[in-house]
Amino acid sequence: MAITSIKNLKEFSTNNERLEGAHLLCPGCAHSMIVRELLNCTDDNLVIATNTGCLEVSTAVYPYTSWDTSWIHIGFENAATAAAGAEAMYKARKRKGTLKDPDAPVKFVAFGGDGSTYDIGFQWISGAIERGHDFTYICLDNENYANTGGQRSSSTPVGAHTSTAQAGRVSYGKKQKKKDIVAIMAAHGAPYVAQLAPNKWKIMAKGFQKALETEGPCFINTVSACTTEWKFNPKDTINIIDLATDSLMFPIYEIINGRELNILYRPKTVVPVEEYLAAQGRYKHLFKPENRHVIDAIQKDINEKWEYLQRREEAKV
Amino acid sequence: MKGVLATDRRGMRELGAEEMVGWDEVTQGVVLPSFDQAIGNAAFLKPEERPYSDFSSYTATVASWRVIRPVYNRDICIDCQNCWVWCPDASIISRDKQMLGIDYDHCKGCGVCVEVCPTNPKSLLMFAETETIEEALAKWPEKKKKEK
Repeated sequence: MAITSIKNLKEFSTNNERLEGAHLLCPGCAHSMIVRELLNCTDDNLVIATNTGCLEVSTAVYPYTSWDTSWIHIGFENAATAAAGAEAMYKARKRKGTLKDPDAPVKFVAFGGDGSTYDIGFQWISGAIERGHDFTYICLDNENYANTGGQRSSSTPVGAHTSTAQAGRVSYGKKQKKKDIVAIMAAHGAPYVAQLAPNKWKIMAKGFQKALETEGPCFINTVSACTTEWKFNPKDTINIIDLATDSLMFPIYEIINGRELNILYRPKTVVPVEEYLAAQGRYKHLFKPENRHVIDAIQKDINEKWEYLQRREEAKV
Repeated sequence: MKGVLATDRRGMRELGAEEMVGWDEVTQGVVLPSFDQAIGNAAFLKPEERPYSDFSSYTATVASWRVIRPVYNRDICIDCQNCWVWCPDASIISRDKQMLGIDYDHCKGCGVCVEVCPTNPKSLLMFAETETIEEALAKWPEKKKKEK
């Protein structure tokens, strides 16, 4: 497989872009940062399937396409299925000898938002991983249905204001906890499952390369800050993701073969989660005196999760 | 900058500006080729060597989204490529480990590149769209002293 060098940014930047500009994602959207990084970290041919979602509607606005690779758009739930189908056909044609260039390396990648990964496409991803297709599923997790107006998804964290879990006199926003998708996918026994963030570009590129190299189904959850629904200034995308990883709201770790857990990034100084919440408009209501208990509960949850991850890494089980 | 930005059709059309067909007139199941001829793997061709077709959004522009734009100062830049890796719109043009400039046809003016620039003073700064690049460069701030 043709892996491109990620030793430093200067070498990484000699790659040729395969996602074109003039797509219609919001200014400062982290989706395209993640997609560009995946496309740049390998020189192989790529077959990409994308669920309905922000990424799909913005990069394929008829009559335009922003992709320089093979790209399939399919229904809200089917990116994993489309990638799995393409991979099965590739294998069959390789066996029958009907491929034009059988030696050319091909990788199969599926992109989905958190709506299509956590909720709508959940069953299909589970199926594709269970069948053991050789593909990589990347979830661009922006914690709501941003494409349709910011409804709550099962990825939305506690206390966030969304258009269908509103904060006001009666409620403090979403009351339910975020689904732990990484643990669920690891429980399938997938060979490589990880949670990564675009602010740590090298860790993320390494994770992508590892997932593409690994034979079998891989799942990667990436943090994608949403300027529109998280309500912050577009220029602060990377700063917000920095806060998310440093406050351990989004710990960066990988799970190999569903067992071995490695923490990939340990913040030098852990930022209190309050700073991360205060930077976004969707948590504004939590700073009213009657909602203080929600912040304390979030902090307690994060501490417990971090403790769990560390102990699991130590135990190597 | 000339020679780096391919195709003379570039930036001529604005997304949504031309007449669109109705939802019931659109062909079902469309295949959009990004290139006029088969080029194999695009990863081995620089953008200026690729035969982009009219369907590729490379030939389109979103310049009208901006009210402020980043201006690039070559004298201060250290070619760290932070702006390149985090630009959401693939608008930082880098060749052979060198930052060459900003692609103003695709830049949406989000300002991420200015935030991640590590030099002192920054080698990328946001200026109003109405100011010319010469005016902006003349206004460049001095090096800030470290606060003790």
